[in-house]
Amino acid sequence: MPEAPAGTLYRGREGMWSWVAHRVTGFLIFFFLLVHVLDTALVRVSPEAYNAVIGTYKNPIMGLGEAGLVAAIVLHAFNGIRVMLIDFWSKGTRYHRVMLWVVVGLFVVTMAFFLPRHLGNVFGGE
Amino acid sequence: MTTTTIAAPRSGPPRRGRTTGRSNYELYAWVFMRASGVLLLVLIFGHLFMNLIDGDGIKAVDFGFVAGKWASPLWQVWDLLMLWLAMIHGTNGIRTIINDYAERTGTRVVLKSALYLAFTVTVVLGTLVIFTFDPCPAGAPSDLLPSFCTG
Repeated sequence: MPEAPAGTLYRGREGMWSWVAHRVTGFLIFFFLLVHVLDTALVRVSPEAYNAVIGTYKNPIMGLGEAGLVAAIVLHAFNGIRVMLIDFWSKGTRYHRVMLWVVVGLFVVTMAFFLPRHLGNVFGGE
Repeated sequence: MTTTTIAAPRSGPPRRGRTTGRSNYELYAWVFMRASGVLLLVLIFGHLFMNLIDGDGIKAVDFGFVAGKWASPLWQVWDLLMLWLAMIHGTNGIRTIINDYAERTGTRVVLKSALYLAFTVTVVLGTLVIFTFDPCPAGAPSDLLPSFCTG
């Protein structure tokens, strides 16, 4: 792939793919949010109804889904900070590639902390 | 010799639609995405810590857990703020995606109407749930309720 011309932050390589990842994760998180407000609204129906639906969040398949959801949120959050630094920090555009790898590093560290804890809760015996 | 008069450029009657239709709406939306993004990072990371990491994580979440949290005004305000900010932030994001990829005007109108309907229903429902929540509903089995209902 030829080197992108200077000054085109969003064309090719890190700049473009992080933009794609930001869109995809944001899109997925939004639809989970709609579902999540609906399931939480069941507290207004009855304790039994809420517990029945939230019980499905505790099975292993949903547990893996939650891990994916948290991964999407963490990546979107950290890359969002990167977008703000690109927009507001005078040197942001110069360091946008480095900052993406910092985002990826922080993402890996956060997930390395979260996943054992969460998957332990989901798959741990009672 | 006749002189031809040429009108000065851009001297025609003012085009009203252009000036009145112009607003800073997109600028405010752009600023909002960044301001709400910072707040949402704090609000959602706090929410995820309380509900998925602290204690037994997802295994501990049930009606009693939610009732215990919403007994505190802090978590009521937290969740209300999170609901509104996340819904506006997300709706504006989807609006941008629709504007980018839906090329026909009719498609954009239909998709955005559905989006704004989903926004309104979700925000109204969520807000009502937070403000009308009853932690000790009459007739519910006491073992499903928070301990302060029987105390």
